[in-house]
Amino acid sequence: MKEKTLDTISWKWWLKNLFTNKNSLYTIIAIIVTLIIIGVLNKTLDNYQIRILNLCAIYIILALSMNLINGFVGLFSLGHAGFMAVGAYTCALLTMSPEVKQMNFFLKPMVPWLANVQVSFPTGVLMAGIMAALAGAIIGAPVLRLKDDYLAIATLGFAEIIRIVFTNLQSITNGALGLKGLPNTVNVWWTWGIAIATIIFMILLIHGSYGKAFKAIREDEIAAEAMGIGLFKHKMMAFIIGSFFAGIGGALLGHLMGTIDPLMFRFLLTFNIVLIVVFGGIGSITGNVIAAVIVTIMMEVLRVLDGRMDFGFIEIQGIPGLRMVVFSIMLMAVILFWQRGLMGTKEFSWAWLKRVSRRMVFRTKDC
Amino acid sequence: MSLTIFMQQLVNAASLGSLYALLAIGYTMVYGILRLINFAHGDVFMLSTYFAFYAMTSFLLPWYISFAIAIILTILFGTVLERGAYRPLRNSPRISIMISAIAASFLIQNLAVVFFGGIPKAFPSVPIFSKIIQISGVSSSSISVIIPIVTILVLFILGYIINQTKMGMAMRAVSKDYEAARLMGINVNTVISFTFGIGSALAAIGGVMWGLKYPQLIPLMGLMPGLKCFIAAVVGGIGNIKGAVIGGFILGFGEIMIVAVSVYMPYDLSGYRDAFAFVLLIAILLLKPDGIMGKSSVEKV
Repeated sequence: MKEKTLDTISWKWWLKNLFTNKNSLYTIIAIIVTLIIIGVLNKTLDNYQIRILNLCAIYIILALSMNLINGFVGLFSLGHAGFMAVGAYTCALLTMSPEVKQMNFFLKPMVPWLANVQVSFPTGVLMAGIMAALAGAIIGAPVLRLKDDYLAIATLGFAEIIRIVFTNLQSITNGALGLKGLPNTVNVWWTWGIAIATIIFMILLIHGSYGKAFKAIREDEIAAEAMGIGLFKHKMMAFIIGSFFAGIGGALLGHLMGTIDPLMFRFLLTFNIVLIVVFGGIGSITGNVIAAVIVTIMMEVLRVLDGRMDFGFIEIQGIPGLRMVVFSIMLMAVILFWQRGLMGTKEFSWAWLKRVSRRMVFRTKDC
Repeated sequence: MSLTIFMQQLVNAASLGSLYALLAIGYTMVYGILRLINFAHGDVFMLSTYFAFYAMTSFLLPWYISFAIAIILTILFGTVLERGAYRPLRNSPRISIMISAIAASFLIQNLAVVFFGGIPKAFPSVPIFSKIIQISGVSSSSISVIIPIVTILVLFILGYIINQTKMGMAMRAVSKDYEAARLMGINVNTVISFTFGIGSALAAIGGVMWGLKYPQLIPLMGLMPGLKCFIAAVVGGIGNIKGAVIGGFILGFGEIMIVAVSVYMPYDLSGYRDAFAFVLLIAILLLKPDGIMGKSSVEKV
């Protein structure tokens, strides 16, 4: 009851301040500027680069959803790939046209109740999120009683179970063959629109009373419980919201790739997201956004390592796998020597920017 | 299912269970002392098979020397891993240590892809181990019988080290109470290195025998057995060596029996073989979180 009133206050406060507060105005301007930049990039970049731009947005969504669970509530969950698989398959099966489905399912016909369904892309994405959230609720209920490494292993186990089940449900998911020819509806507006919406949602959530409860649980579970915070309820909430966004991210990723198969959703995918979250700072929204963009671009740029390199005087044959070695070393280095990551638990905010810029101005005056 | 087929599957299950048990002991010992899931243990296991492979194919050494070299190299690698990836983080939050373990595991896998190549390699067959033995209609390759025997021998040696030697006593002390053991003058770092060494040795023995039984090597081969054996350790009660052995055998029997029984089922279950371990894990965590042999512990404030 108490929480509800608090939350409505913060929402009203936000709405009231949205246009009167200077910082909110800056935020709106920043969003518009971002959208304009994306629009310009969308017109000027080639297809491959636009694909990377899309990937950046998708990884932002995924990193934020993991950051909510791992960073803010402190539950070390490694089940992201599983929720992404649920989202990707839901969206793909709902949006593919009956003809394409028939072409895909040549080994075993598809179940009739799914074969003739086709919905629009936004509905499909929403359903993907809802199905993933449902999976999160079903998995979270038993698993969230566990702690630390047990939780990590149990969520990892569930992600594997989801993958194995998808490999074996031939008449629903087409098994190991995967699905090909997903409708090519993803563009930068979809991905970045959803990414920005996710960022705003996360910031609102963390600044509200729920966010404070999450952080209290992260800092000390027993103390938080003593203060009257319902541990299970809040953990479940974060887990379900996190899996909802993971599902949406998975759906977008599937449509961007055009094909999905169960092997895509191995632990390696979760590893990529963990890398982003650790690199950006566990528990920092803005840090994660920056890290998602940097890591995604690096992953593509470093593809050079796997191919042939020509330095003019020496030519190195490409070594497949070297790219992932670089990323593993990067994660090790960050966790060994730079545990805070880019931002630690700090956030980028206008007040911080003002402070820094003022300091800069003073410094230049002194000189 | 006829009795001969059942007996045949039983031999298979016993050898798979033994391999799982050997790996699970490594997990349970490290967890008992450091409270750390050594995610890279499965990859240490993978490395041992590759060491044996290269010793036999590139250096053309006889199998017994190759296996000895593989075991020694793996022990070295295990202790170096502990020093590089886990020791600097000993006093950090548990999540950091776990991320480091995951990173180490991926690093080893990807280095293996770079150095050994992603193409599967065939483990050379050794005539002594690939003979077919027939006992009253039950036929199996000799390695399936040798694996459980070797495992039992190794377990006796391990039991002796832990219960009778000074180092074993130190290991038990450290796993009971890290700080108190240190105050009593036990060199904790040596004990931890020794534990990693023993764990890696067991993984290497398991790895070499795994290569003989399932002769296909890929750099990712350690991932699944690694996860499953951690589950075996949890099922048995983590930190408890007897528990790890029991968990390993339960897992081995369960997996083989799912495949064996699914022939007679209307719906083919054999694809769910890998899911068995995870279902078992979740069941045990919900029913008896401390495992079969584990003691329950209460968190102190």
